[in-house]
Amino acid sequence: MNVVGLFFYLFSAICVASAFMVIASRNPVHSVLFLILAFFNAAGLFMLMGAEFLALILIVVYVGAVAVLFLFVVMMLDVDFAELRQGVLQYLPIGGVIGIVLLVELVLVLGGLSITPEGADLVVQPIPDMAETSNIQAIGDLLYTKYVFFFQMAGLILLVAMIGAIVLTLSHRSDVKRQNTATQIGRDPATAVTLHDVKPGEGI
Amino acid sequence: MEPGTITFNLAVAIPELMLAVGAMVLLMIGAFTGEKSARSMHVIAVALIAAAAAVLVYTAPEGVVFSDAFVSDRFARLMKLLVLGGSTFAIAMSYGFARHASYGRFEYPILVVLATLGMMVMISADDLIALYLGLEMQALALYVAAAINRDSLRASEAGLKYFVLGALSSGMLLYGMSLIYGFTGHTNFAGIAEAMAAERQLGEIFGIVFMLAGIAFKVSAAPFHMWTPDVYEGAPTPVTAFFAAAPKVAAMAMMIRVTYGAFEHAAADWQQIIAFLAIASMLLGAFAAIGQTNIKRLMAYSSIGHMGFALVGLAAGTQTGVSGVIIYLIIYLIMTLGTFACILAMRREDGLVEDISELSGLSRTHPMMALMLTALMFSLAGIPPLAGFWAKYFVFLAAVQAELYVLAVIGVLASVVGAFYYLRIVKIMWFDEPESGFVPMASELRLVLGVSGVFTIFYVVVAGPVSSIATGAARTFF
Amino acid sequence: MIHLIVFLPLLGFLIAGLFGRQIGTKASEYITSGFLVIAAVLSWISFIGFWLGGSQATTYQVAEWMSVGTFVVDWSFRIDTLTAVMLVVVNTVSALVHIYSIGYMHHDPHRPRFFAYLSLFTFAMLMLVTSNNLIQMFFGWEGVGLASYLLIGFWFKKPSANAAAIKAFVVNRVGDFGFALGIFGVFVLFDSINFDVIFANAAGLAGTPAAADSPVLLSFLGYELQRDAAITVVALLLFMGAMGKSAQFLLHTWLPDAMEGPTPVSALIHAATMVTAGVFLVARMSPIFELSMTALTVVTFVGATTAFFAATVGLVQNDIKRVIAYSTCSQLGYMFAALGVGAYGAAIFHLFTHAFFKALLFLGAGSVIHAVSDEQDMRHMGGLRKHIPRTYWMMVIGTVALTGLGIPGTVLGTAGFFSKDAIIESLYVGQNAFAGYAFWLTVIAALFTSFYSWRLIFMTFHGKPRAPADVMSHVHESPNVMLVPLYILAVGALLAGLVFHTPFIGSHHEVGQLDPHYLEFWDAALFLGPTNTILEEFHNVPLLVKWSPAIMMALGFGIAWWFYIRSPGIAAETARQHPGLYQFLLNKWYFDELYDWALVRPAKWLGSFLWKQGDGRVIDGFGPDGVSARVLDVTRNVVRLQTGYLYHYAFVMLVGVAALITWMSFGGAQ
Repeated sequence: MNVVGLFFYLFSAICVASAFMVIASRNPVHSVLFLILAFFNAAGLFMLMGAEFLALILIVVYVGAVAVLFLFVVMMLDVDFAELRQGVLQYLPIGGVIGIVLLVELVLVLGGLSITPEGADLVVQPIPDMAETSNIQAIGDLLYTKYVFFFQMAGLILLVAMIGAIVLTLSHRSDVKRQNTATQIGRDPATAVTLHDVKPGEGI
Repeated sequence: MEPGTITFNLAVAIPELMLAVGAMVLLMIGAFTGEKSARSMHVIAVALIAAAAAVLVYTAPEGVVFSDAFVSDRFARLMKLLVLGGSTFAIAMSYGFARHASYGRFEYPILVVLATLGMMVMISADDLIALYLGLEMQALALYVAAAINRDSLRASEAGLKYFVLGALSSGMLLYGMSLIYGFTGHTNFAGIAEAMAAERQLGEIFGIVFMLAGIAFKVSAAPFHMWTPDVYEGAPTPVTAFFAAAPKVAAMAMMIRVTYGAFEHAAADWQQIIAFLAIASMLLGAFAAIGQTNIKRLMAYSSIGHMGFALVGLAAGTQTGVSGVIIYLIIYLIMTLGTFACILAMRREDGLVEDISELSGLSRTHPMMALMLTALMFSLAGIPPLAGFWAKYFVFLAAVQAELYVLAVIGVLASVVGAFYYLRIVKIMWFDEPESGFVPMASELRLVLGVSGVFTIFYVVVAGPVSSIATGAARTFF
Repeated sequence: MIHLIVFLPLLGFLIAGLFGRQIGTKASEYITSGFLVIAAVLSWISFIGFWLGGSQATTYQVAEWMSVGTFVVDWSFRIDTLTAVMLVVVNTVSALVHIYSIGYMHHDPHRPRFFAYLSLFTFAMLMLVTSNNLIQMFFGWEGVGLASYLLIGFWFKKPSANAAAIKAFVVNRVGDFGFALGIFGVFVLFDSINFDVIFANAAGLAGTPAAADSPVLLSFLGYELQRDAAITVVALLLFMGAMGKSAQFLLHTWLPDAMEGPTPVSALIHAATMVTAGVFLVARMSPIFELSMTALTVVTFVGATTAFFAATVGLVQNDIKRVIAYSTCSQLGYMFAALGVGAYGAAIFHLFTHAFFKALLFLGAGSVIHAVSDEQDMRHMGGLRKHIPRTYWMMVIGTVALTGLGIPGTVLGTAGFFSKDAIIESLYVGQNAFAGYAFWLTVIAALFTSFYSWRLIFMTFHGKPRAPADVMSHVHESPNVMLVPLYILAVGALLAGLVFHTPFIGSHHEVGQLDPHYLEFWDAALFLGPTNTILEEFHNVPLLVKWSPAIMMALGFGIAWWFYIRSPGIAAETARQHPGLYQFLLNKWYFDELYDWALVRPAKWLGSFLWKQGDGRVIDGFGPDGVSARVLDVTRNVVRLQTGYLYHYAFVMLVGVAALITWMSFGGAQ
């Protein structure tokens, strides 16, 4: 067993364990933290495969942006997860049975066969040698040529997601005062200031 | 591989490009003109889709582009045409709703256009990644569309349920894809088929199961149908009309391409899965619909049942079966749109009504609408010589020819049970005491209902051309 | 002319039935009545033609009905003396009843319907009597049954009327079953149902010496029947139909109940015309009956038994219409008894005279009922003579005609005197095994007849009024539109015998020589076997036999007078002393109860068993109801799955995947 193997099992074990903890943890903040741990370990697995760009992107995007956003949401929403989970015990037996059945079958089938040593040969587009091409360049080479269709599609999906987010959340409430920078900047003393000649003892 | 050396014949994907660019242009128009442009957006979107359809029919060549990820063949073109048609009518039918602020958002037609684009990509997908991207694209648009009336609790709930369950199904699909990729080493359908030809491993079959489960969710086949009734009921009615029509066709087309394209050598395996899905869907659609009082919920179960019937043809695994499915989809699409035109016309002064009992005495208050809806109901029930009968006839014929007698018998029994609730609607319309009438039907709804009704009643006249088109499209896979 | 006679009532029916509401009640009444009067007049012209000897038997072909192989049926009219007699009876009574009904029914809001039914009945009856084949006769036979059903149940809101209508229809169905079988049998024997063919071939079929070992002609109930036996079976089957229609013993139960219908209906259908259809049938089929002594014997037996039985029951009935109904039943028995001994002329003559006086009695009774505010129970009448004198005298005329008042040995007497005495005398000389039996029963029945008839008169018109005061204060004589038909019928009742007895039954003549009047009049319309000499014989019976009916009549009158005028308590006292006998008679020999117990209840039980258990529980239970209930059960369970909870949905999806995975791992085509 070499070091790579050791780290592989380390990362994957922690990854699976923390993924389990994401759903098992009682405190939602803990769940998000376990999620971040899982991301880190997944990034580690990427790193072992030589996909360092992906590994770092994963950490930057998922941990740095997504998971932190989650954390904010979870903390601000004050959702009582314990209450939501009350039904869990009731369904645990049958759910557990189904889960175990699935797990056993998958293990039986996939464990026996494994992703064979030839699996590496089967991969159509192997990761190029780091010495020749950098990770980023390799991805870019593919992404903007062969996979340009997928890339564009992904962009469109993000557009849809964006539209969706705006449609579902953005609301123009008429009863709220909004800042209008253009009018703010456009103001001048002539329009903004009026002088009143107040006589003594009368008030305005 | 040298960068910058790949060239694609974009002409093959011109309809998709039109939709993508058009959607973005529409978005800009909408963003700068605001809500008041909602109605004109509907018109422009219809025009855009119609133009894309025209290009698809008249100029776009067939071919494979984007590194074998996108294929345009006769099957794809026919299915895209259906999807475009479904979307056009869906947008047209929601035109009347644009004046209601609650769902009259200018984003709605854009979302439909983008969903349509996603569906077209699904239909043309010749690669697992393309498939997934197309699927997610249309799914995301649909999630949003379901919840577009965000002031309505029901609509929000529907959208959320659809989203969460959709995510689950996407997870299954992805898991299946990863298994397939892991065992075959290909994401491309041709590559997968080639890899499977030699020897099939259990892992691949598991992959097929997971992938089909994910796709079954999209066609709302039992037992992956659970979202359907809630979402149909909760979503605004024009959105439901859209859900019931085009996405079903696209998902079914995708299923055909996946099974006959990628998994053609595993036919013996997926046939069993499809048969299971078909039986479960037919029975569930038939039995569960009986207890419904809300017509949108009823249509949800109806569509589950119909997808089950269509899957019977798919399970046959023959060219007759595929052409039967295609005919079924054509007829289903048209019947569904017509029925939803009627449902959208169920409007009183104080808004839409959705209870079946509201239809009572329709024959006296709106005789023409009642006549058309009766024809559609008889057709959905599969009573000759209406279109719905021929749809069922061809899939059952294929099943019998493929010696799937059990499937055919269950199908016939399920359609007998199913006939009950369609006939109940007919009974309510013709024999119950009338309620106060609905407000007059909008002209766009009249158009849809008229086209649908006439097609349904006089299907026999066009049966020949439709069959030959379907057979031609089905020949793509054989 | 014959076409007018037959089709005017049909026209009347169609006009009143289809357009009664448009043309109004008055118009319906006048149109139907007017048509019937025309038909009646024409019938008399036709009859006089036969009477005076000018007319010959003729057949008019109207249209071909059906033709299947050798089975050819035409719409045609056979006009001979028998038909002419029947036409006169039917149309005269029907016309008078139509007119009478204008007065009698004038309170009823549904008169167009009533008159339409009456005309329909008349048309059907005419089809029956004019037919030249058995099928057309059957058509008319069923037509009158239908009209009878409709008219008995005319007041369909009365449950008892509905029950009576159904009873009449069902009991008749038993007879019709036999009639239909008889027609089939005739077709098997003669290969035709046309009267001409049947009559021409009948004689050749039986009676020949080689008859015993002739080939099997008919197979019935497993018996292989040769010539004589086959003829007998056919004749008996036809007679079964006649029994049903003419309310003979065992199938008589419907007739008294049929009195639920309006009284004019009782007069027309259940006294004068329809119930005599059985007599007509036997007379018409005399060529066949003459060939079977057995059948004739049965006819005599049934007829005589009915005459006696109905008379006994009539003794104690309290409902005025029921008394007359049992009287009708009894008189029909006389007719059959006469038919049975071959005295067809006497039977038809009695039919003819009976139509007059029985219609008179019924219409008179109707007039009485009309007078006392629809009361029918004689115990609540009495003393009406002074209030409605005209009706009283009409009823008395009817009664003397029925009881047969006359001076034997002379030609002075009422209608019944001639016809009934002729029957009793012919029974005395009759040759079949039951002739003697029939003679004695009918003589006793004559006594009873006299008693119950006079009892009716005395209870209704004499003594003290027993009706409530307010009813008595309303008692009024009927309008002329009701009384005039009574006068006309009274004339018939008094004079019909006197005028027509010679042609109908012949006059005193030597044995071995048929009466020329008789022969000339009937002209083969009635067939007599070669050994049938009854017509010559019955004119030459001992004096005591000739006097016996008259004696009985006088005796009956005397007893009635003693019981109900002289000392009114005796009747009740007698009834009290013989409770068993009284109850037995009052309950009509318990026939209704017997049938109810033996047939109606088991049939109803079987019906309700098959309905509730067989159809309801088994077929519906496992069939439509069961399936739909199971479908609903399934639906309920499936819908319950749709909880609305997200995690349930997700769970179902996972279960689905797990199931598929499991199936593919272990059960699939690996």
